[in-house]
Amino acid sequence: MTQLVDIRDLRVDATTDAGRRIEIIKGISLSVAEGEMVALIGESGSGKTTIALSLLGHARDGCRIAGGSILVAGQDMAKLTERERAKLRGTVVSYVPQSAAAAFNPSLRVMDQVIEITRIHRLMPRAEAEARAIALFRALSLPEPERIGARYPHQLSGGQLQRLAAAMALIGNPRLVVFDEPTTALDVTTQIEVLRAIKSVMRGTSAGGVYVSHDLAIVAQVADRIVVLKNGEVQEEGLTAQILSAPRHPYTKALLAAFRPETVPAQPAVAEAASAAPPVLEVDDVSAGYGWMPGRAMPLIRAVKNVSFQVERGRNIGIIGESGCGKSTLARTIAGIMPACGGGISLEGQRLAPLAAQRSREQLRRLQIVFQSADTALNPAKQIGEIIGRPLTFYKGMRGAAREARVDQLLDMVQLPRPLKHRHAAELSGGQKQRVNLARALAAEPSVILCDEITSALDTVVAAAIIELLRELQNGLGLSYVFISHDLPTVQAICDEVVVMRGGEKLEQCPAMQVGDPSGHPYSQLLMASVPRLDPTWLDGLDSHPQLGRAPPG
Amino acid sequence: MRPQVLTSRRPSFRFNLVGWVSLAIILFWALAAIAAPAFAPHGVGDMVDDDYFGPISWALPLGSDYLGRDMLSRIMYGTRYTVGISLAAVLIACTTGVVLGMTAATAGGWLDTVLSRGLDALSSIPSKLFGLVVVAAVGSSIPVLIMTLAVIYTPGAYRFARALAVNVSTMDFVTAARIRGEGTRYLIGAEILPNIIGPVFADIGLRFVFIVLLLSGLSFLGLGVQPPNADWGALVRENIGGLPFGAPAVMAPSLAIASLTISVNLLIDNLPRKIRDRSA
Repeated sequence: MTQLVDIRDLRVDATTDAGRRIEIIKGISLSVAEGEMVALIGESGSGKTTIALSLLGHARDGCRIAGGSILVAGQDMAKLTERERAKLRGTVVSYVPQSAAAAFNPSLRVMDQVIEITRIHRLMPRAEAEARAIALFRALSLPEPERIGARYPHQLSGGQLQRLAAAMALIGNPRLVVFDEPTTALDVTTQIEVLRAIKSVMRGTSAGGVYVSHDLAIVAQVADRIVVLKNGEVQEEGLTAQILSAPRHPYTKALLAAFRPETVPAQPAVAEAASAAPPVLEVDDVSAGYGWMPGRAMPLIRAVKNVSFQVERGRNIGIIGESGCGKSTLARTIAGIMPACGGGISLEGQRLAPLAAQRSREQLRRLQIVFQSADTALNPAKQIGEIIGRPLTFYKGMRGAAREARVDQLLDMVQLPRPLKHRHAAELSGGQKQRVNLARALAAEPSVILCDEITSALDTVVAAAIIELLRELQNGLGLSYVFISHDLPTVQAICDEVVVMRGGEKLEQCPAMQVGDPSGHPYSQLLMASVPRLDPTWLDGLDSHPQLGRAPPG
Repeated sequence: MRPQVLTSRRPSFRFNLVGWVSLAIILFWALAAIAAPAFAPHGVGDMVDDDYFGPISWALPLGSDYLGRDMLSRIMYGTRYTVGISLAAVLIACTTGVVLGMTAATAGGWLDTVLSRGLDALSSIPSKLFGLVVVAAVGSSIPVLIMTLAVIYTPGAYRFARALAVNVSTMDFVTAARIRGEGTRYLIGAEILPNIIGPVFADIGLRFVFIVLLLSGLSFLGLGVQPPNADWGALVRENIGGLPFGAPAVMAPSLAIASLTISVNLLIDNLPRKIRDRSA
């Protein structure tokens, strides 16, 4: 086979604020054959997106391709002028971005954007381009392929937009398509549709592909070969089956290990002791929503409908569902960020007021929430020590040396080095930020912590470490977690029981390991079946699944 | 986790040449204002030249004005009025505006509505006209000037701060502080203000420039600082008769106004930037 892509000794530099140059890609060589799909896998900061962008001859702001050659279909992208590169983009090499929702212009019809490449490069007349686009829509199993082009991006779902982005990339008949985490922002069930569409459409063309992801299971479904990256260097390279079954490098092994979180059964001792006491958190028939109008009993849109559950002391409950199922609204209602419009919430037997402002300081202290995005949950203008120390001063009046000592203890508890307390949040990695976030909640010494998708923005290995930390903390402190996530394996790793939600309603509640059992709700089974497996035949095997099989698209 | 070298280091700053030059000019004028009584060669009202609109000479480095008074001394004393009044007015306007703006953004609801509509009404009055009417009605004195200028520029500062604070107050860290039970004073002082302080400083600088210009305008119309004292605007008006002769007496105060306002503008565009170098 001829080599479609041949990267030799690629080096990419970044300039820091202080004007120093840092090498972020340290001499990488890799190749892609015609019609082959190569996956680049690694944690954030490993350089996988930088390499993917270099295939288009592009370096992000402050970065520069410092050395090496990037041969794509015989042309060196590193040496061409910007004008020459622009000619190749879309026709020889094209790009599917991570967030298609952000990549579409909201004020233009989808069709105009999909066929833009044919217009810019004057490849074919408009009618022909539209016919080709419709054929691609059909191949990508988009609903109403003839008419979908007339819609605007806001009228389409995330999964549909992601497939349209793929159509946009394929319209110019490129020889190489670069996929940059195309399914990361999607729900598991949507992810399957998109993956299947991408896989089938790529099979139908002779184009080669580069698939960037941090998720080994996803990569296992689509890639022929896997390149494992860390710190801008290739750690390991091999055929998909070989990497999955016989990883050689320690980092690859860690990735695989993180994929199978060990599940621990609940601590029965704690549970039995607590069985006589009232539940630590009781959610009773709670409804909540948006669009509250005076004089109306119910808000316009009810995001949570009559949900009830209980959390026993020292036990954890998971709330799982796809985006829009009301799980985050439920968390915000419990925390008092938005009021419930019906039902009641009790903490350790005490009924809580609907809004945080009406609750007592003691009640607020015992119920803490940890947010999904550690970036926005930490004040960028404050030092870490101040952020963790504030609840100590606020709830307990701790000051000076006592407060400092306690902050040090908390940093130890979340396994962060103590000197970090003089840093600002922007100087920390994602995992470190989430630990600080957790330390702030722990500082209040709560009895319940609401964890709202706290691992969703993290890399697999980092997320596994956070879950491990949560479990260790629980053993020492007798906490309870309400763990909200769309990721079933994560929830199963930490929770005793799981509540499955859809459309604002609680579908069922069952022990964590029994989610998806044939006796349970069909939707739980669907969720369970949608969780990607490391087995490369998993995606194709789904064709025979009763719910996920190739039904008419919709 | 990756081991990291952790040192608590002092942040370094980068400050460019334009910033330095404008800072030097601003400091020069600040010094002139403070040191006027000590360094001014003559008194404000002293007639020292036999001629009027005298040229630049060793004895009178900026010439003499329409009554034969020393221009250098008059500009030095004028600096005190221009810089002093403007500084007082801008501090009052921005403190009031920023505090009210952040409070409105954090509290929301009826307080926000009342404050916003009230200040909108105030900002709908043309500023020069407002100044003219107040000074004409109450008479011109320095406290009246300061308060008038402050009132004129409060709504703008309020709008600006509110817009910034609304963005910050929807961030999760503010929500986290809210459900910790923190009061409004902590929320605006500790959580929101540190995150908007940069733009707020830029706004103060810009508003200072506007106030200098408006004050100079009022003085030019004869409603500002009253004779024998004069701020820069009044100096321009007094000596406008020297324009046909190219007298330094009319050039010098105009240049003073220009150099101060342009320097403040350039300084806020080129403020020192903190260097955050993660792996340094």
